[in-house]
Amino acid sequence: MKGNKEQDANNNNGVRFVWPDLIYKEFVAMIVVTLVLIGVSFLWDAPLREIANPGKTENPAKAPWYFLGLQELLVYFDPWIAGVVLPSIIIVGLMVMPYLDRNPVGGQYGFSRRKFAMINYLFGFALWFILIFIGTYLRGPNWQFYWLWESWEVEKHLEEKLWSFSPFAGAAFIGAYFSIGMIIPVLIKKGIVKYHGVVRYIIVMTLMLGMYFVPIKIVLRLFFNVRYVLETPWFNI
Amino acid sequence: MNLIDILKKKITQSQIWRSLFRHGYADTERNRSLQVNSNWVLHFHPVKVKAYSAKFRYVWCMGGITFFLFLVLTVTGILLMFYYHPVTEYAYQDMKYLQSDIAFGNLLRNIHRWGAHLMVVTVIFHMLRVFLTGSYKPPREFNWVIGVSLLVSTLLMSFTGYLLPWDQLAYWAITVGTNMAKATPFLGHEGPFPLVTKYNDVAFILLGGTEIGGAALLRFYVLHVVFIPAIMIIGMGVHFWRIRKDGISGPL
Ligand code: HEM
Repeated sequence: MKGNKEQDANNNNGVRFVWPDLIYKEFVAMIVVTLVLIGVSFLWDAPLREIANPGKTENPAKAPWYFLGLQELLVYFDPWIAGVVLPSIIIVGLMVMPYLDRNPVGGQYGFSRRKFAMINYLFGFALWFILIFIGTYLRGPNWQFYWLWESWEVEKHLEEKLWSFSPFAGAAFIGAYFSIGMIIPVLIKKGIVKYHGVVRYIIVMTLMLGMYFVPIKIVLRLFFNVRYVLETPWFNI
Repeated sequence: MNLIDILKKKITQSQIWRSLFRHGYADTERNRSLQVNSNWVLHFHPVKVKAYSAKFRYVWCMGGITFFLFLVLTVTGILLMFYYHPVTEYAYQDMKYLQSDIAFGNLLRNIHRWGAHLMVVTVIFHMLRVFLTGSYKPPREFNWVIGVSLLVSTLLMSFTGYLLPWDQLAYWAITVGTNMAKATPFLGHEGPFPLVTKYNDVAFILLGGTEIGGAALLRFYVLHVVFIPAIMIIGMGVHFWRIRKDGISGPL
């Protein structure tokens, strides 16, 4: 590729020919992936258990790994939240993200200049994988918690006395959480609403407070035995 | 001129040859451009790219690898279709048969299975790199939106495929997943404010019945081999087309 280098120096100012400079990289990547895939497939067989039997429940019954974060959330939320509302908010939230982010820094790694976006996105990303890890490796029969070194043979029955906030306290808690969360940045950072615009600010903050509500509920459930923050005759949160 | 040279000239200047190959091999800029432009596979690329955008530390190769895995899964998937019946009487037996009696059948199944897992991983890392480099910002907002639907489609591909072996793992994993659908607000009969019954809620539509059986297997099969792939092919077409229009992002 000697001729190549000379050309670069002369007239390429930051631009390269796709053939062969990019194509060979793609080619190498394809070979590596192919080899890895064939190697893995020789070493490990895809799982196949007994034939499906509706009469014989698997315990624990686990969803595919990428949904185990959601399944783990079933411990803390009712199915309509863990299985439907949260995933929908995640998908819609991701889709609208480019329209919410007004910081122009892009086309490069820029951690320090995009702190807000970085912290929140990476928090959500990490939460997703931590929950998947717990669901995959630390949950045994009856969805009980087992450390990696604990045997599933030992049966666990966690006798927990769970309690819920009174409807009034619950509504107050959620109302206070969202309104205080909404106001604090306004007080701390001058001009933040003006920068984002009112509507965009409210959407960003709602999504963000919603995300942080998930670990808050996890802590309330694990350390304070709270079943529901808000209990109503129609739905519980 | 010896014989070989004469022969070579005869062949490369024949009408047939020239209808297939439109340029020579000498390392000239013109040929490098033509190599990309006149090749159906390669012409998805531009002729030139900005130097940094071809760097591994910028793109991580993740989008390309995801696409490659999609192709691998398509090929292995079509081969698997030759041996698979989406009916409860046969589905599981077909797996056994693949494992023990078909030449390279087990390898084929393994590649399809592990490839599917790997694709979920690479698509998530592709999204992470696009986020970290801030590549979703104008003018690429809409391509990110298409990307998110590709992510969801990838997950749904994997999920619908999970039921097809019809073993205990498949059955109960899909049970967990579809039970959540029953809890959908308004549209699920076990969710808050149900407007529907057990016989017409979203879980019923998904399963073709009130529980997982032959109808569900057939539905998941059709979703897995025709419906979602079709959507993904269109989605990827638009995704790549927009990348061609906007170029890969990078410092201004
Ligand atoms: C089936 C799934 C997908 C395939 C095959 C795919 C493929 C690709 C390829 C080949 C590129 C070129 C640059 C690169 O490799 O990074 C790219 C760029 C891009 N992708 Fe994807 N992608 C997929 C899913 C996604 C997802 C889930 C997102 C985000 C949510 C996304 C957003 C983008 C954006 C914004 C670009 C432009 C990046 C830039 O200009 O730097 N894609 N995609």
